[in-house]
Amino acid sequence: MSAAEASRAIEAVWGVESPRLLGALTRVVRDLDVAEELAQDAFVAALAQWPSEGIPRNPGAWLMSVAKRRAIDRFRRDALFEGKREMIGRELATVEEPDFAALDDDVGDDLLRLMFIACHPVLSREARVALTLRMLGGLSTPEIARAFLVSEATVAQRIVRAKRTIAEARVPYEVPDARERAERLPSILEAIYLVFNEGYSATAGDDVLRPALCEEAIRLGCVLAHMLPDDAEVHGLVALMEIQASRSKARVGPSGEHVLLLDQDRSRWDYLRIARGLAALERAQRLAVPFGPYTLQAAIAACHARARTAAETDWPRIAALYDALAQIAPSPVVELNRAVAVGMAFGPELGLELVEALETERALENYHLLPSVRGDLLEKLGRLSEARAAFERAAALTQNARDRELLLERAARCRF
Amino acid sequence: MRFLVMVKVNQEPEGAQGPTPGMKSFNRGLIRDGVLLAAEGLQPISQGVRITYGGGKPTVTDGPFAESKEIVAGFWILQGRSKEEIVERLQRCPFEGGEYVEIRQIADLEDIHERIKMKAQAGT
Repeated sequence: MSAAEASRAIEAVWGVESPRLLGALTRVVRDLDVAEELAQDAFVAALAQWPSEGIPRNPGAWLMSVAKRRAIDRFRRDALFEGKREMIGRELATVEEPDFAALDDDVGDDLLRLMFIACHPVLSREARVALTLRMLGGLSTPEIARAFLVSEATVAQRIVRAKRTIAEARVPYEVPDARERAERLPSILEAIYLVFNEGYSATAGDDVLRPALCEEAIRLGCVLAHMLPDDAEVHGLVALMEIQASRSKARVGPSGEHVLLLDQDRSRWDYLRIARGLAALERAQRLAVPFGPYTLQAAIAACHARARTAAETDWPRIAALYDALAQIAPSPVVELNRAVAVGMAFGPELGLELVEALETERALENYHLLPSVRGDLLEKLGRLSEARAAFERAAALTQNARDRELLLERAARCRF
Repeated sequence: MRFLVMVKVNQEPEGAQGPTPGMKSFNRGLIRDGVLLAAEGLQPISQGVRITYGGGKPTVTDGPFAESKEIVAGFWILQGRSKEEIVERLQRCPFEGGEYVEIRQIADLEDIHERIKMKAQAGT
């Protein structure tokens, strides 16, 4: 094995083993920073020894035993230091030694604990995303930086600050009880979905790490679903991501342009992902009444996934699902999507009414899809000059050159 | 990245083969780590059908096939971060009856991006 091959193999072992290693260390030492340092020490030891000695038969156990040895050394050294200081002072405090033997226990919820800590609501979204990818995805700081198009220093600082916030807020190193879990779960789901969307927004020519974020998010979702099999929204999120990811190949045209859902070549959809998504959706729907926001969005995505052609889309059902979504998670974008669905299901007049109600919405002021949808509905109603003006306005608002061309073509077609 | 992992044998074992406890536990680990997309064992090749094309109407042949070697006995579809990761995981698989696996990466979005990039460069 060459040195380069060996280091790639060791990195692969690290990717597989590091989340569980960190999970167990965090449970026992109750400090994210210390846990991460100990895990890093073990990794460095592996890099030094494995290329010459070969990768051990059970690399996880090897890494854990090194980390454990380091943990004991470190704790005794610190305790000694504390002890000397105490003697200079007055009383000798007994320092309780962590139960290092417990590192070898497989308690089963280490990753869940880690996920709840990394996604604690005291942390900003960006911090939650960075910590989750680093702690549970085993991604390095440079990899996270490349994937999110920010500098390494920014990511490193986010992680340092996040760890400090967790320590200062005295976040308990425990899996929360059922009631608190329900409150805190949304911040985990949000972080995972942010990772997914970052990958989904990658375009041709981007670093391959960006689209790979979609798979990483799905993987994290599956890990979470395995640990919390009775939480409907976890399955709802997995379903939503699987179904959206099923369209990855179809949503990019031959010259890198964005292909809209209804124009996609459905033979390019990934039917394994769709089947997995529909199965996850079924689990979510069996568990929850009423449906949560991820389950509803997945149910909408599923309507498209089930239609063999765009013409077979069940628009009345999509409109009803958007209606439900608008009630539990109202937003101008949801409202705009509802307008599209209503327009398709019940005719362009009704769709246009909903779009016009959004015209004064500040959040959509510069959102090119608003005039674009309006143009589409006006065109269907034969109000061509108004439609043309709407498409031209949309073209002026979009940032994407190829989209602008397409909108201007549509505007030109509205001449009669 | 996604990978097709084909389990191959040179000779099929006699009688029905369910997954061993070791294999069940290996698969549970793949599910726990969010890596497993699909895993299936296949019925004996004698139950298989082969269709060959070319020269007009396709030819349909029922199994068993005279010249069968490297028989695919099952497969996994896994998602992982690198080929090395899948290789590492599969080395932990508890096969010991003469099976071997072949790991092939599925042509995915990244490759499409790569092709677009190459096309763009060729165009300029």
